[in-house]
Amino acid sequence: MTAPLVIDAAGLTKRFGKLQVLRGIDLSVAPGRITGLVGPNASGKSTLIKSILGLVRPDAGQLTVLGSPVNGDERYRGEIGYMPQAARFPENLTGREVLAMIRDLRGNTSPPDPALLDAFQLSEELSKPVRTLSGGTRQKLSAGLAFLFHPKLLILDEPTAGLDPVASGVFKRHLAAARERGASVLLASHTLSELGELADDIVFLLDGRVRFHGPVQQLLESTGASRLEPACAALMQGERVP
Amino acid sequence: MRTATRILGYQLRDIARNRWVLAYAAVLLLLTEVLFRLGGDGQRVVLSLLNLVLIFVPLVALTFGTLYLYTAREFIELLLAQPVGRGAMFAGLWGGLALPLIGAVTIGVGLPFLLHFGDGGIPIQAVLLLLGTGALLTASFTAIAFLLALRFEDRAMGFGAALLVWLACAVVYDGLVLLAVTIFADYPLETPLLILTLFNPLDLGRVLLLLELDVSALMGYTGAIFNQFLGTGLGLAVALIALLLWTVIPLAFGLRRFRRRDF
Repeated sequence: MTAPLVIDAAGLTKRFGKLQVLRGIDLSVAPGRITGLVGPNASGKSTLIKSILGLVRPDAGQLTVLGSPVNGDERYRGEIGYMPQAARFPENLTGREVLAMIRDLRGNTSPPDPALLDAFQLSEELSKPVRTLSGGTRQKLSAGLAFLFHPKLLILDEPTAGLDPVASGVFKRHLAAARERGASVLLASHTLSELGELADDIVFLLDGRVRFHGPVQQLLESTGASRLEPACAALMQGERVP
Repeated sequence: MRTATRILGYQLRDIARNRWVLAYAAVLLLLTEVLFRLGGDGQRVVLSLLNLVLIFVPLVALTFGTLYLYTAREFIELLLAQPVGRGAMFAGLWGGLALPLIGAVTIGVGLPFLLHFGDGGIPIQAVLLLLGTGALLTASFTAIAFLLALRFEDRAMGFGAALLVWLACAVVYDGLVLLAVTIFADYPLETPLLILTLFNPLDLGRVLLLLELDVSALMGYTGAIFNQFLGTGLGLAVALIALLLWTVIPLAFGLRRFRRRDF
C-alpha cells in the first residue's frame, strides 16, 4: 500500500473567456518531495496552483488534494500552507495581528511553529502596521505564515523573488527541513538554478499541459543538458518542432 | 458563523484605523458642529443635515466600498486559501466594511447632537431617524458597491460604475421625475412615481426622513405622494422595507457571484 498522492489531477481544463489556460492537466504528485513547477509565462502555472487551492474552479476534470476531492468543502485547506507571489495584508493591522487573524480563522488546535519567523528575526517588525513594512519584510511575513501551521503541503509561488540572499538562504534551509519532516512542497519558480538546487522533481507546463514530470536527473539526461536552464529550453523547442 | 465574526472582527480593526474612514467621521462631525454654531436650533440642523446625509453617505459608501474590495483582492485570495468557506468570508468582509462606516456616520452626526443636548430643542426622534437612515443607506450602498466590484473585473470600470450609480440615484433620478411630471402633467402620475421611488434607495431614504419630519415643503414630489397615499405610518413601513430589500437583494446577488467566482 503506497501513501496517498498529495495532488492527483486528471484532465483538468479551464478557460477564461477566449483563453484556454488549462488544456487537460494530468498530474500525480507523490508525498514527501519538493516538486518544482516550471513553465513559460501564461503556461497555466498560476491557474493550476489556484485550482489546487480551490480559488479557481476548473471547467472539467478530477482533482484530489491530500486525499480530499476539491469540491467546495474548505477543510482540506487546513493542511496547506500557501505563499502567494505578491503578499498583501490589511494595511492598518500589525504583522502580529495578521498572524493572529489567520490562526483564528484556521482554528488550529496544535501550537504554531514560528521557527521560520524567528529565523527571519521579525519580532520588532511584527508590532508595526503592515503599511510601514518594506516589500521584503512582507514577503518574509508571508513565508513565515505559510510555514506556521505544520502544513502537509506547502504551495509556494516565487517565494524567494523579493528576499535578500541571507533571507533566501534561511528560507531554503527551512524548506529542506520541512521536507525532512515529511511535508510535500509545490514550488513555482522562474529561478531555475534555485530549483536545480532544491527540487526533487520537475513539472514542466507548456500551453496548459504537463510537458514533463519526473526527477530532475531524468530531465537532464533525457535532454542531454547539464543544467536545468538548457534542459527546459530544449523542452520548449521540442514542442515547437515535433 | 464563527468564522464570519472572526473575519469581521479583524476587518473592523483594520478599517476603523483607516484614515479615510477617520476623515469621513471628522468631516461629518465638523459640518454638524458648524451648523449648530451658525445658530441653528436642533430642528433646523436636522433639516440641513438631511440633504448632506442623503447625498454624501451613498457617495462615500459606493466609492469606498468598491475601492476596498479591489484593494483587498490579494488578501482575500490568501484568506480563501485557508480553510474558510466563501459564504463566511463574504459576510465577514461586508460586515467589516459596513459597520465602521455606519460607526463613522453615527459618531460624526450623533456626537454634536449629544453635546448640544443641554441646549434643549433637540428633536430626538428625528435625530434617531436621521442616524437610522444614514445606517440603512450605508448598508444598502456598500452592498451595491460589493456587487459592482464583483461584477467588474477591471477596477476602473467598477469604480466608474459606482459613480454612475450614485449619479443616477442622486441627480439623474430627480431630473427624470421632474421631466415626467412636466410632460405627463395631465395624467395621474401617483402610482408610477410611487413605484419609481422603490427603485431608488436614496429616494427611499429621503421619503423615510421627510415623512417623520413632516415638512411638506421639503418633501418633494415622491415624498408627498407617499404621505398622501400611504399615510405616515404605512409610508414609513413601505419605505423601510424597500430600503432593507435594497441591502438584502444586492448582498444575495453579490454572494452568488462571490461563491462562483475565480480568484
